[in-house]
Amino acid sequence: MSSPMPTAGAKGQDAFTAAQAAQDASAKHATRSFKIWRGEAGKGDFVEYKQDVVEGMVVLDAVHEIAATQANDLAVRWNCKAGKCGSCSAEINGMPKLMCMTRLSDLDADKPVTIEPMRAFPHMRDLVTDVSWNFEVKKKIQKFTPRPPDAPDGTWRMQQTDVDRVQEFRKCIECFLCQDVCHVLRDHHKHEEFIGPRFLVYAAALEMHPLDTADRVPELRKEHGIGLCNITKCCTKVCPEHITITDNAIIPLKERVVDEFFDPIGKLVKIYSRRKKANG
Amino acid sequence: MSTPTEYKTVEHDVLVIGAGGAGLRAAIEAAAQGANVGLVCKSLLGKAHTVMAEGGMAAAMGNVDDRDNWRVHFADTLRGGQYLNNWRMAELHAKEAPERVKELEGWGALFDRTADGRILQRNFGGHRYPRLAHVGDRTGLELIRTLQDHGVHQGLDVHMEVTVLTLLKDGDRIAGALAYDRERGRFRVFKAKAVVMATGGIGRAYKITSNSWEYTGDGHALSYHAGAALQDMEFIQFHPTGMIWPPSVRGILVTEGVRGEGGVLKNRDGKRFMFDNIPDNYKAQTSDTPEEGWRYTQGDKDARRPPELLTRDHVARMIVNEVRGGRGSPHGGVFLDIAWIKEKLPNAEEHIKRKLPSMYHQFMQLAGIDITKEPMEIGPTTHYIMGGVRVDGDTQMSTVPGLFACGECAAGLHGANRLGGNSLSDLIVFGKRAGEHAAKFAKSNGTVSIDSAAVDAAARRALAPFDRAASAEGPYQVQEALQETMQDNVGIVRAQAEMDVALQALGSLKDRADKAGVKGNREYNPGWHTALDLDNLLTVSEAITRCAIERKESRGGHFREDYPDKDPAFATFNFVVAKGKDGSMELSREPIPPMPEHLAAVIEEMK
Ligand SMILES: Cc1cc2nc3c(=O)[nH]c(=O)nc-3n(C[C@H](O)[C@H](O)[C@H](O)COP(=O)(O)OP(=O)(O)OC[C@H]3O[C@@H](n4cnc5c(N)ncnc54)[C@H](O)[C@@H]3O)c2cc1C
Ligand code: SF4
Ligand code: SF4
Ligand code: FES
Repeated sequence: MSSPMPTAGAKGQDAFTAAQAAQDASAKHATRSFKIWRGEAGKGDFVEYKQDVVEGMVVLDAVHEIAATQANDLAVRWNCKAGKCGSCSAEINGMPKLMCMTRLSDLDADKPVTIEPMRAFPHMRDLVTDVSWNFEVKKKIQKFTPRPPDAPDGTWRMQQTDVDRVQEFRKCIECFLCQDVCHVLRDHHKHEEFIGPRFLVYAAALEMHPLDTADRVPELRKEHGIGLCNITKCCTKVCPEHITITDNAIIPLKERVVDEFFDPIGKLVKIYSRRKKANG
Repeated sequence: MSTPTEYKTVEHDVLVIGAGGAGLRAAIEAAAQGANVGLVCKSLLGKAHTVMAEGGMAAAMGNVDDRDNWRVHFADTLRGGQYLNNWRMAELHAKEAPERVKELEGWGALFDRTADGRILQRNFGGHRYPRLAHVGDRTGLELIRTLQDHGVHQGLDVHMEVTVLTLLKDGDRIAGALAYDRERGRFRVFKAKAVVMATGGIGRAYKITSNSWEYTGDGHALSYHAGAALQDMEFIQFHPTGMIWPPSVRGILVTEGVRGEGGVLKNRDGKRFMFDNIPDNYKAQTSDTPEEGWRYTQGDKDARRPPELLTRDHVARMIVNEVRGGRGSPHGGVFLDIAWIKEKLPNAEEHIKRKLPSMYHQFMQLAGIDITKEPMEIGPTTHYIMGGVRVDGDTQMSTVPGLFACGECAAGLHGANRLGGNSLSDLIVFGKRAGEHAAKFAKSNGTVSIDSAAVDAAARRALAPFDRAASAEGPYQVQEALQETMQDNVGIVRAQAEMDVALQALGSLKDRADKAGVKGNREYNPGWHTALDLDNLLTVSEAITRCAIERKESRGGHFREDYPDKDPAFATFNFVVAKGKDGSMELSREPIPPMPEHLAAVIEEMK
C-alpha cells in the first residue's frame, strides 16, 4: 500500500474537519469600528462600519468581511494576502502599510481603525489608486546589460558575497509605499522630475549587479532627479521588506554621481574598473 | 445600465491571457518570433501568483551533485506523477529546464550561489538530488520580476487589470476574447490569430487554500466552454504545510524549504510520525534514522532523504491521519519544528533567519511565533491543480486550433502529483514553447473575424447581475457555500457518498449563482467581479467532482477512502472532460500512448 488509509471519522464532517471547526469556535471575537475612505476620483469621505472580528485578523480580513456583508462594491486591491505581491498598500491610521500584514491586535482597540488609499497617486475608487505612473517610470531606466558569459556553456561565475547586496534590493515587492511617503512626490508632486525611492532601489540593483555593464549615472543625475532626495529616510522606515533604501541604495548612488561628475580622476578609475569588470 | 455599449477592439497576432511566469515567458518568446503580442492580466503586472512561489525551480544542472542529469529528473517526475504524466512533456521539461534557468541569469536574475560561483541548488521532496535553483525563499518573485523587467523592453502590449470573460471563435478556430477592464468596467474585444492561456489554478474553489483570489479556474473554464478538452481534473495537490492558526491566516503556505533545511514533523506527543509509514517505491531512497535524515539535509551525499521529504500527497495524508487519530496539535494540525536544529548548529538562529527569511517574518507578524525558538503548527492546504487543458506535448496547442495553454492551467507534465519546484520550471519551459508555437500558428494562418452576436450575448450575460441588484443574495455568499462544499466533500480524503452530495450541491449553487445580484456600478466593483468568477468556479468544481467520482482508486493527489489502494486498471489512461453537444459535461478515458523505448529504458534504469 502506498499511503496510510486515514482512519474514518463521523461522516460528513470527519475528525480533521471537526478539529478545524472546533478551533474556529474557540477563537475570540470582538466588534471593532472602521472608518474607510469611500468615493471616486479624489472626492469622498470616511464611512464608518462596525464589524465583528476574530482573533488574529489583519486589516485586509476586516475589509473583506465588510465587503462581503455590508458593502459589496467596496473597491480594494489585493492579491496574495501573504505580504508577497505588494498589492494591498493603504494608509492605516495614517501610516503607509500593507493591509494584509497589519494585525488588528497591533492597532488601538479603543479608536476606529482608519483606512485610506495611498495619497501620492491619483485616486480611482475607495481604496484603489492609479499607480500606472510607476510602470511608466520603470521603462525609462536602462535595461540590464550583462557582460559576456564567463564560461563556455554560457554561464557566469559570481560569489555569494558579491550578490548579497543586490539580492537585498531585489526583495522589493513593488508595493510603492516608499513612493507614497516620499515628500518629493507626495507633497511636491515632482513626478516628472524624480523617479522616487522605489526606482532608485531598482537603479541601484542594476548598477551594483556584478554582471551589468551599462552606465546609468548620467540619467540618475538628470532625468531621474536623484539630487531631489534629501535623505529624510522616510522611505526606509515604511518598507515592508526592510530594504535599507537610503543607506544601501540611494547614498551609494549619490556617491557615484559625485565621483563621475565632480571628480574626474575618480571617473577614470571607474571607467578602468568597469572595463576590467567587463573583461574579467 | 445593463445594455452593452460599443466595444473597443484591439488586434494582436498573439493574445496571451495571464502574466505569471508562464504567460510572461510565452509573451517574450512570441515577441521574439516577430509576432505582435498582447498580454492581459487580472491584476497589476508583477502581482500574479508566481510571485508567491518560495522554494525554487527544478532543473537538473548538477551544480551541487554532479550525478544529476535530465534522465534522473525525468524518472523522478514520472515516479512522483505515478506514471500518468504526458511522458513527452516530462522529457522536454527535464531536458530544457537547465537552459531556461541559465537564460534567466542572462536577463538579470540573481540566484543564490555555490562556493565556486555557480547557481546553488537545494533539496526538495521527490527530487533525488539537490535540484532547485532558488533565491532564499522568494524564488517566484525573482522569476516574475526578471521576466517582467525583460519583457517590458520587448515591446509587449500589456493590458493590466483586464479580465477575460469568454473566448471567441471563428468556426473551429480561436479568434480572440471578450474582456472587461476592472477599473471602469468597459468591455474590450481582442481579435487574435492565436491565444495562449496562462491563467494559473483553481484554489479558490476550496475554503482552505494557499492561492490568491485570482485562482478561480478561468483558463480551465473558458477553454472548456470554447470546446477544448480538460484532463486529470481529479488531481489536486494539497500541500502538507499551510498555516492553521489564527483562523484568518489558515491556508497560507509554509514552504517545503523548511523541511529541506532540516525541519521535522511531530505529533502532539513529540513523535516523528513520518517514520511510521514509508511507501515501498520510496523505501530505498528514504533514511531510516533521524540522524541520516539530518545529514541528508546538510548535504551529505551518502545519506538518504528524511521521510518528511516524501511526496506531498503522502505527507498530507499522514498529517490528516495523525489529527484523525487524536494525536494532532491544539489547533487541529501537527507541529513543524525547525528550531530543534540548534541541537546541531551553533548559530542556528542566524542560520534559520538567513535561509528562511520570509517564513520567519510570516510567523512573527501573523501568528506571533518565533520559528527559531518554537515549533509551527501546520496542516494541509489546497495548493495546486495537476489537471488542466489537454495539450500537445511539443507545441502546447489544445484541442481547439489556435488555442494554446501553458503553466498551471495546462495538464500533462505532473500526472497524478506534482513535485515541488517542477512548476516554476514548467512555466519557463512550456511558456517558451507555447509562445513560439502560437507565433508560428499566427504566421501560417490568415486573419480571423469576430462574431459580433457572440460578443453581444457574452456582454449581456456579464451585466445581468446588475439587473438583479434587488436580489436577496450576493455573490460572496454563493462563493462561500461553494468553497465549503468542495472542501468538505471533494477534499483530501474522498468517498462516493460525499462526492454525490457535492455534485447535487453544485447544481443548486448554479441556480443560486444565476440569481445572485450585485449593487453599485461597473467601476472597480469587486462584488461584480466575484459574481463573474462564479461561473468559472462552478465549471471547474463540476469537472473535478466528476473525474474524482470516476477514478475508483487512490493515486497521487487523489485519495479515496472507499478505494484506498492503487488499481493498475487505472494506470493506462487519463480522464478527459469536454463539453457535449447538448452543453453537458462529457467524460472519457483517453489511453496513454506507450512510452518509446529510450524513455522506458531510463525508467527501468532508475527504478
Ligand atoms: C504559496 C505558493 C508557493 C509556491 N511555491 C512554489 C515553488 O517553490 N516552486 C514551484 O515550482 N512552484 C511553486 N508554487 C506553484 C507555482 O507558483 C504556480 O503553480 C505557478 O506560479 C503558476 O504560474 P502561472 O504562470 O501558471 O500562473 P500565475 O502566476 O498564477 O498567473 C496567472 C495569470 O493569469 C491571469 N488571469 C487569470 N485569469 C484571468 C482572466 N480571466 N483574464 C485575464 N487574466 C487572467 C492572472 O491575473 C495572472 O496574471 C507555489 C504556489 C503557491 C501558491
Ligand atoms: S530619503 Fe529621499 S527618497 Fe526617501 S523619502 Fe526621503 S527624500 Fe524621498
Ligand atoms: S522598496 Fe520597499 S517600500 Fe518601496 S516599493 Fe519596494 S518593497 Fe515597497
Ligand atoms: S495582498 Fe499581497 S501584499 Fe497584501
